[in-house]
Amino acid sequence: MMDLLNILLSESFWAASLRIATPLIFGVLGALICERSGVLNLGIEGIFVVGAMCGWMTVWLGSGLWGGVLVAACAGALFGLLHAILTVPLGLSQHVSGLGITLFATSVSYFTYRTALPNVSSPPRIEPFQALDIPVLSDLPFLGPVLFQQTALTWLALLMVLLVWYVLQRTALGVAIKAVGDNPDSVDAQGLSVYGLRIGAIVAGSALMALGGAFLTMSAFDAFFFGMVNGRGWVCIALVIFASWRPGKALFGALLFGAFDALQVRLQTEMGALVPGQIFLMAPYILSIIALVIAARSADYPRALLTPWFKGQR
Amino acid sequence: MIRIEPREATSRTFSVGVPVLSALISLAFAAIPLLAAGANPITAYGEMFKGVFGSVFAVTEMLTRATPLIFTGLAAALAFRAKLWNIGGEGQLYLGAMAAVAIGSGLLDISGILLIPIIIVLGAAAGAAGMAAPTYLKVRFGADEVVTTLLLNFIILIFVQMMLEGPLQDPMGLGWPQSAPVLDQGMLPPLMDRMRVHSGLILALVLAGLAQFMLARSVWGFKLRAVGENAAAARHAGINVNRSLFGVALISGGFAGLAGVSEVAGLKGYLTADLSPGFGYTGIVVAMLAGLSPIGVVIAALFIASVFVGADGMSRAMGVSSFLADLVVSVSLLCVLVGGFIAKYRIVRSGKAGATT
Repeated sequence: MMDLLNILLSESFWAASLRIATPLIFGVLGALICERSGVLNLGIEGIFVVGAMCGWMTVWLGSGLWGGVLVAACAGALFGLLHAILTVPLGLSQHVSGLGITLFATSVSYFTYRTALPNVSSPPRIEPFQALDIPVLSDLPFLGPVLFQQTALTWLALLMVLLVWYVLQRTALGVAIKAVGDNPDSVDAQGLSVYGLRIGAIVAGSALMALGGAFLTMSAFDAFFFGMVNGRGWVCIALVIFASWRPGKALFGALLFGAFDALQVRLQTEMGALVPGQIFLMAPYILSIIALVIAARSADYPRALLTPWFKGQR
Repeated sequence: MIRIEPREATSRTFSVGVPVLSALISLAFAAIPLLAAGANPITAYGEMFKGVFGSVFAVTEMLTRATPLIFTGLAAALAFRAKLWNIGGEGQLYLGAMAAVAIGSGLLDISGILLIPIIIVLGAAAGAAGMAAPTYLKVRFGADEVVTTLLLNFIILIFVQMMLEGPLQDPMGLGWPQSAPVLDQGMLPPLMDRMRVHSGLILALVLAGLAQFMLARSVWGFKLRAVGENAAAARHAGINVNRSLFGVALISGGFAGLAGVSEVAGLKGYLTADLSPGFGYTGIVVAMLAGLSPIGVVIAALFIASVFVGADGMSRAMGVSSFLADLVVSVSLLCVLVGGFIAKYRIVRSGKAGATT
């Protein structure tokens, strides 16, 4: 019990929580934007892989880190555009298209990586984002290590929470995106383009998802591995429902998940002798299912989610 | 102004033509990554063909690869028919495989022919249980089964690793995370001497035929299709929708479990955590290519198995990554999706269409 308290009071635990939460923040925000416009994007898992691969490879080929981030976002946007074309103007099954995008994006990434590096035993490393070292702030007790010694991408993620919240709550564009996910007919009646809004939301959301992947290879680790995304995208899809499609709650959900994951790693080292380590590895996925079950009953789904809309048809 | 309107009826030409064209387009698409990898596509296609049809051994290897895909394809096809999105075939496969080795490796030392049917039934039951749980969460709490089955895949795989380092570990295995072998009398007999193709294939074909018949001819099949087409209308017509969903969940999970049984007791003989290279996920592509028809699943599984085995052969001969096969498979899924649109809708100038209504 004392041990648990020690963990919860330690700076390193909270710093790790925020670090683990970062890719999820990007992912949940991305999925949230797509779903708010009425389209489920199950391409998320594959778009994470693309972001991770493209970001890493761009830097490995000699670009700067921010160049890698930009390429990752563009690659994610491109796969998002493909999903958008299939699901919006063509109105195809969002489930199947999303799974197709995940399979396609993953295999494109793996094939590209293998073709560029046919015979490597240990994956080549890049110089990843370093922890920011802000004078004074980074030296603050507790808050310094937790908040101000994170990498720039974590800060970008937190900034994106604010930006997405602002756009959705305070701008006409946000109102339109939410309306198109609830009642596309009304948006169409106002002379706005349902297709345009949905496609735009999916492309923007997918770019954010890819940043979550880029964080993995450019900040959390310094290389690309097969299977490194490991279900993080699917966790985000569960977290969006838990967050009832709100950016602030999405941040909370991602942090909660991050804290839980950080806790299980620490408990694993403390209690490793008593319980098989895999119990702890399973825990985050089980937690996601529990969160989903709790939230599902009262979930206020965007009303037009999963429903295709065709111009000129009611 | 361009408008989209549904076709009056989807013709048989489309329901056969779309998957065939999708398969061909996805194969043609492979030329792009082949060129990018610096390989001559013509030579590569030749090597792929040789890899599948070049010898009796190659053909049997393709059939061996198709066997689990028929099972996982059926799992996806039946569930999707009822709009139950079982994306958990991968996890259910491992549950079936675990049950098979737990029982087959000596827990029940039954001699004679009784062990095989017990392994098959309990393996299917384990897979079925793996789909019953998310279906319960869906029906009882409204938890989206797409997400729960996807997450369960990860949970089950970690559970398999735990079992392989614990109760299921082979005591004679020098500490490797693998199970004890299935007893000889528990192994599905091979179909040909010195080849790996085994009688799991026969089981898959028989079950595909049975599923086709049940879906098209039985009351159960009728209810299943009604629930999938319009759950509210089916409920209104007096069909117990939840019961139908549970029924198809058990069958779907059972098929996926059989994929695991067949891989363990037909092919490998023991369980490791890398038993399946994603057969559960590929089963979804198989089902979609098949237009969710059980007989179609058999044909689609043969095609996709050919792509994988062919790409392996090509990869060995030319050094191009065998991830090419995954690329072709994913493109075929996207093609068949678009093809389904073309089969269902046509694009018209709204000026003309407006005059007819």
